[in-house]
Amino acid sequence: MPVPLPEHLPMPPPGAMPAILPPWVDPRSPGAALLHVVLLVLVAPLLLGIIARVKAVVGGRRGPPLLQGYFDLVRLWRKGMVRSTTTSFVFLAGPVVALATAVGAVVFVPLADHGSVFAFPGDVVFVAGLLALGRFLTTAAALDTGSAFAGMGAAREVQYGVLAEPAFLLGAMILVKITGHRSLAGLLGGPLRDQWPAAAAPLALVAGAWAVVLLAENSRIPFDDPNTHLELTMVHDVMILDHSGPALAVALAAAAVKLAFWCALVGRVALPLDAGSAPLNLAVSVASVAVVAVVVGFIESAMARLRLTNVPKLLVSATLAAGFGLLLAGRPPM
Amino acid sequence: MSDKSHDELEPLGLVDLTGPHRSALVPLPIASALPLAAVEPMPWRELRSAIVAAVAYGGKLMALFGHRAAGSDSPAGSAWPDLWAVVHLGARDQVCVGRARLTAPRFDSMTPELAQAHLFEREIAEQFSIDVLHHPWLKPVRYPPQPRPVVGAVAAGGVGSGAFYEIEGPGVHEVAVGPVHAGVIESGHFRFQCWGEHVHHLEIALGYQHRGVERALESGPAQRRVHLVETVAGDTTIGHATAYARVCEAVAGTVTSGHAEGVRALALELERMANHVGDLGALAGDVGYLPTQSFCGRLRGDFLNLSQQLCGSRFGRGLVVPGGVRVGAEPSLRRELLAKLDAAVADVDEAVNLLWESASVMARFDGTGVLTKLQARELGVVGPAARASGLERDARDAFPAGTAFAWRAHWEPVTERAGDVAARTHQRAREVEQSAATIRWLVAQDDAWQGPAAVPCGTLPPDHIAVGIVEGWRGEIVHVGITAPAGGGFCRYKIVDPSFHGWSGLALAMRGQAISDFPLCNKSFNLSYCGFDL
Repeated sequence: MPVPLPEHLPMPPPGAMPAILPPWVDPRSPGAALLHVVLLVLVAPLLLGIIARVKAVVGGRRGPPLLQGYFDLVRLWRKGMVRSTTTSFVFLAGPVVALATAVGAVVFVPLADHGSVFAFPGDVVFVAGLLALGRFLTTAAALDTGSAFAGMGAAREVQYGVLAEPAFLLGAMILVKITGHRSLAGLLGGPLRDQWPAAAAPLALVAGAWAVVLLAENSRIPFDDPNTHLELTMVHDVMILDHSGPALAVALAAAAVKLAFWCALVGRVALPLDAGSAPLNLAVSVASVAVVAVVVGFIESAMARLRLTNVPKLLVSATLAAGFGLLLAGRPPM
Repeated sequence: MSDKSHDELEPLGLVDLTGPHRSALVPLPIASALPLAAVEPMPWRELRSAIVAAVAYGGKLMALFGHRAAGSDSPAGSAWPDLWAVVHLGARDQVCVGRARLTAPRFDSMTPELAQAHLFEREIAEQFSIDVLHHPWLKPVRYPPQPRPVVGAVAAGGVGSGAFYEIEGPGVHEVAVGPVHAGVIESGHFRFQCWGEHVHHLEIALGYQHRGVERALESGPAQRRVHLVETVAGDTTIGHATAYARVCEAVAGTVTSGHAEGVRALALELERMANHVGDLGALAGDVGYLPTQSFCGRLRGDFLNLSQQLCGSRFGRGLVVPGGVRVGAEPSLRRELLAKLDAAVADVDEAVNLLWESASVMARFDGTGVLTKLQARELGVVGPAARASGLERDARDAFPAGTAFAWRAHWEPVTERAGDVAARTHQRAREVEQSAATIRWLVAQDDAWQGPAAVPCGTLPPDHIAVGIVEGWRGEIVHVGITAPAGGGFCRYKIVDPSFHGWSGLALAMRGQAISDFPLCNKSFNLSYCGFDL
């Protein structure tokens, strides 16, 4: 017996395929959506520059140039590559798949109100799967080196990944409840801003839980210290210690795009502002990504890293917060 | 190893110091030298019992080393080295020297009763091909480049070679770190036995930076010696140079002026403050806490600049010489330094308070890497690490330098209790305050700053032994010099850097910790690799 869906979920007409794009997306401008993907991927290394600049300014230093992330990628790309003889194709597949899955995830993210390049009901789970695939190959490449460090990093990464995924998916479930859509483009698109007055509490919990996941997934303080040189304390960077040259550039680019993906997600939930016109909305949307990066910079400037054994506690807290938000979102309308 | 030698082991520490064993240890007044003839060679059994007893009564083994006597002092045909021991009896100024004559290339280890002897005994085994019977872990200490025939469990090979302690079981794995590290760090090898993130055991293998400083001090030209000791550990220039100067002055009978004492004490405290402030910043950096890291990075420079103003070198190079100091400090300079110091100390106070006020930092520091007081005492740990575990061990208190300043009336060591990273951090912050107070007190004693900056240090008479003890910023530095039969130089020069025992303390503090906390624990001890490797 089919389970009846809640009434406010938009049902496709009988016999018709579910709509690829949400109804408010202008189907005549898929190019605009594609532009957003390009924009988000290209802006990714800049986000690292923004975080580094915020940390430097708060610490009273001048800091590296904003474009340092790009310089690093170019520099690494032009270098030679050293590969251990014990490694196999998995070693190179790690960074490549990580970059591919990160870009793939960005394809589903809507910027402004143009929707995303590609969407289908339930693509949230697909995106979670893409990120998990990238994580799997990254950790597999780390294990491929046979290094004790990389193995420790992979163990940490997987452990935290397992705990971060429920927080992400529970957050997505809240949005499904609130917006009635089942694709990332629908969840984070235009209607979200109309829901804030009525569903502020669950939306704030989503933003909070996803912000925690953002910090964990992107190896930021308090979960990891991207600036440390101490291998024994690293999570993400220790897995790519053995990568060099172009492979390292790809791994860093993957990390940057993943950061852009998460900043866009949190930015869309927390700051779904309406500036009035489509170009302005796009600008606001891109700015919200930068604002999230600035906030990350401030967090990194103000607090110390967690003890690694305490990391799971914070991730479970994020999951619990999202679960609580789901309860709030699921209550009958007053 | 024969069973007979095992039977010869003395019962644990049941020796009365007032009894016949007393004579095995000869008192050595601080700042003076003993003729070698005054220290009668004993059988090792007697010296060993006396040392074990002295330490059981609250003393500490400061140095134990082999010296193959040659020339006038040695009976012809002495094939094996004499073992020399310098023991601190616990009370102020009470240092004793003992000497044992070996009749065979082996002796009974006292490590089973006296853990702090373990590295000294390994060092003797390595340097003289002497077998140390019943030593629980007889490995080389530094793996000198021209190894003598190795004995016992000692394996031949390069630095870091040989068996490491291993554990086995499901889920147990080994992590090897170094000798090449990320960042600007000296070389050292760390072998962890882990169960997941949990560290069961850490073994540290050093020796990569062994330069033969002791040998160079014994053979090189006299003018070079002070520069060599300055580089024993570059961050402890003043500490090691002062210890060396004190050995020379004690042997030569030179009395330095109050002015020289004042400058040395001032420079020593400045060195301490610069390093402690740098460490406080680095500790904050290790947990990713930027505010204190950024402040302290700059403030460390302020203290180094004060050293530069005092003597022209940010690290105090060339300041201390036997007989005094190369440049004096006029009252106007002293007051100027004090004014700048007060400003810097106020900034440090502010920067460091951020640490205590930040919950995320204290959550990392509290309870991490505990070294208990008992462990610190048994391993002979010195300096801030020992004091953070509650051990009141400070050479400024036990062996104050000179008589111009009334140290005894002024001095009071500060200690912590917990012995964790938080305690070691807090200890450093308090020692910075204490150093500032000490400098204020020094500068205020205008009457004590008398005499010339340096007096000529006389020639070194032959066949004497003297010790120089200085509380460097890392802890108690012990130099022991035995002058050559021909006079004018040393035929044996032993340096015990505070890091010598400190590394064992770090290894013990890591047991039961998370491996990701190792860098933090390591930084909280901040030991010297080159000071250990010599």
